[in-house]
Amino acid sequence: MTFARRDFLRLAALAPFAGSRAFAAAMEAAPRRLLILVELRGGNDGLNTVIPYANPAYASLRPRIGIARDQVVKLTETTGLHPSLEKLRARWEARELAIVQGVGYPRPNLSHFRSIEIWDTASSSDEYLDAGWLARAFAVSPSPRTFAADGVVVGAGSMGPLAGNSVRAIALANPAQFLRNARFARDQGETRNPALAHILRVEGDVRASAQKITAGHKFETTFPGGPFGNAVGTAAQLAANESGVSVVRLSLGSFDTHANQQGTHANLLRQLAEGIDALRAALVETGRWNTTVIATYAEFGRRARENQSGGTDHGTASSHLVLGGGVKGGLYGAFPALDRLDGEGNLPHAVDFRGYYATFLERCWGIDSKVVLGGRFDTLPIL
Amino acid sequence: MLSDIMRFVFAVATFLVPFAVEAAAIGYDGARHLLNRTGFGATDAEITRYATLEREEAVDRLLEGTRTEACVTPPEFVDAPFEPYYRLRNMTQEQRMAQQRQRARESFELRAWWLREMIETSSPLTERMTLFWHNHFATSQQKVRSPQLMYRQNALLRRESAGNFATLLHAIGKDPAMLVYLDNAQNRKQAPNENFAREVMELFTLGEGHYSEHDIKEAARAFTGWSIDRETGEFTYRRVWHDYGEKTVLGRTGRMDGDDVIDTLLARPQTARFIAAKVWREFVSPTPDAAEVSRWAEVFREARYEVKPLLRAVLTSDAFWSDANRGALVKSPVDLVVGTLRTFGIRPVDLRPAVFACAALGQNPFAPPNVKGWPGGDAWIDSATLLGRREFVDRVFRGSGPATMVTAMPEEPKAGAQAGPGAQLRRMLERGMADYAFDGERFTRSLGGRGGERIERLVLAYPAVGAQDDDAQVDDRVRALVADASFQLK
Repeated sequence: MTFARRDFLRLAALAPFAGSRAFAAAMEAAPRRLLILVELRGGNDGLNTVIPYANPAYASLRPRIGIARDQVVKLTETTGLHPSLEKLRARWEARELAIVQGVGYPRPNLSHFRSIEIWDTASSSDEYLDAGWLARAFAVSPSPRTFAADGVVVGAGSMGPLAGNSVRAIALANPAQFLRNARFARDQGETRNPALAHILRVEGDVRASAQKITAGHKFETTFPGGPFGNAVGTAAQLAANESGVSVVRLSLGSFDTHANQQGTHANLLRQLAEGIDALRAALVETGRWNTTVIATYAEFGRRARENQSGGTDHGTASSHLVLGGGVKGGLYGAFPALDRLDGEGNLPHAVDFRGYYATFLERCWGIDSKVVLGGRFDTLPIL
Repeated sequence: MLSDIMRFVFAVATFLVPFAVEAAAIGYDGARHLLNRTGFGATDAEITRYATLEREEAVDRLLEGTRTEACVTPPEFVDAPFEPYYRLRNMTQEQRMAQQRQRARESFELRAWWLREMIETSSPLTERMTLFWHNHFATSQQKVRSPQLMYRQNALLRRESAGNFATLLHAIGKDPAMLVYLDNAQNRKQAPNENFAREVMELFTLGEGHYSEHDIKEAARAFTGWSIDRETGEFTYRRVWHDYGEKTVLGRTGRMDGDDVIDTLLARPQTARFIAAKVWREFVSPTPDAAEVSRWAEVFREARYEVKPLLRAVLTSDAFWSDANRGALVKSPVDLVVGTLRTFGIRPVDLRPAVFACAALGQNPFAPPNVKGWPGGDAWIDSATLLGRREFVDRVFRGSGPATMVTAMPEEPKAGAQAGPGAQLRRMLERGMADYAFDGERFTRSLGGRGGERIERLVLAYPAVGAQDDDAQVDDRVRALVADASFQLK
């Protein structure tokens, strides 16, 4: 039955007027898609994640930290994964892993903080926006009222793409604890003090979500230990929730590997792969794998050439991973142009990150991306 | 009815006091505002002592009282010989685990010591500024992995907390914890590491947009060779790693080294503006006024980056005292935890539960999330941290029930070892918070019969959102006030 629905969706997507009414109708028939975003905090080294192992320039740019050819998890004649991502090989073979190479934006900013702001708000390099891109999307097209929230941020950290006043978003570490503590949230009234208004709004969101969020689904799947493993477990709980949410944001880091990169990077990527693997198993268990999309993002990739400290400095375009039962696996974007580095030694981008976002807005929820992103960006045929 | 009349009389009286009795005394509300913004909470007695002072008098008293050293004795390990990093590499897995556990224990002790200092110091302003500079020159134990180096940096931040910013900036460039945190310890001429060069401009002096990528590359060359001694952990200058060539940074050209770059940054008026705006956000409100910030920046530059003249300008300004800015800031977790303990005279024997509370609420001292420090402001409050705050307050003022406050586990000790220490900490919280309980009777006595509306003025920086019962007992009133949303403001 799931297959039939998926095939129908694909057919609808292929129809000449995809993106219009037929597409929206198809979206309505299927359960609303869940997007699980994974932020790779600190700027992940795309070249050592998705490795152009056959390109001789790769080895010469990275004599010390480059991944040896025989260690690479080879996917194609040209491209492979970091050995810590071995667990994702099965997803590639099942054609459920899309790798998007060269995601970035024009006139890249190399500050962590400015660049993640650009990613979170989906702005241009020289444009300053207040609200997160998902907050704007749900302002235009809210999740069904029956949903527990538009989005949930798991663990500590900023609300990122869900920051803004016009979105139903909450942050929590795990649903059971959230429900236990929700009794502390009270309806307290209104104010003209902006700081107080923020607190009262959060309080209201807690009260609204607490009525719909459930906890305590028992999984056969075992989740990995550590904060990311816990976060993945929480994402699985949220996905199992009957009321539903549209987005879950997880984060893993720090990927800011300026020095002695190898051990740290290998460890983080292993956590990523193990986490995604467990998440998939849990989603299969609850029948949500085909209606869930897992996607990574980060403020930037890292410099093509390694530095003298066995690490990499801030870079620009990077590779990102998209997984799910409804994802069309394969390589997308463009191979890293190691022969066309810019004046700073950085990679040119091939896919605008707003096109990456537009893909999720349109294909997950049928939201008109132009309204949200302030322009039309090419979507990717990954969903 | 009677209480309405009383409230009216009281309001008229407070309105008249500044004009009729003492022309410029800051009054109870003013003293509360000053002490809470420059310190961490304040008792009714402390506020009463400051209430009769004039604005300048009160500010001078705070500035005269600043310290350069802590008054609480630091944990013993800070004086132990430095444990070189390379030794870790030669350890067995077991030794390494033991070493990790020891470090985790020591960094916990270090945090507990700092919170103790915040509570007991004769100069809360010194600790406020030490924390301010820690947030400005954010450095994390999670990467530095040496509680000793973190302590040494903390001592430096305290020494210059109300001292001189130029001195501090030069010293931070050579501070071992910072050299490790931003990788300059490994910055060599063959392929410079840009991490420190970037952040010193973006976050420590000029702010984003006031330099070019080229300036960063050139500055990174100037900082090559600033490193640490592998045996002692002290700063050392590695001549063979230094690039002696000519560099151009922000229009200045020469055979510059790190100190020359720092002097170049200090010579830019933008640096004083950048710091002054940050001081505004720390002490006044989330939205700096450009004209006033420029005035403070001018004072700061004229004073050659002495911190006290800047603080005097800030704390005596009309902006600081404006009614519009009262209660305009969200309490940080440290404000909430330490401030609550101070305001209500709660003196726990074991401060580790307080450390854990701060960390769980999003502010783990010695472990800011990244080099930009804690975002602060509205970002302190999301649904997870708001509920965590309420739970902490509930624990203190109810003094019973199991501790479940594990909103966001601090990411230390290292990933993977989470379940063990997490459970351990939770047990410690359950046992350890017994002496955090608010003692309503003692508190009522400490007010010496004053009660009523005075309690709200002590506890809240901004009027309560919820309705208050004027006839309730003192301790019940307090419980209602600390549960009010306005208790999260300062």
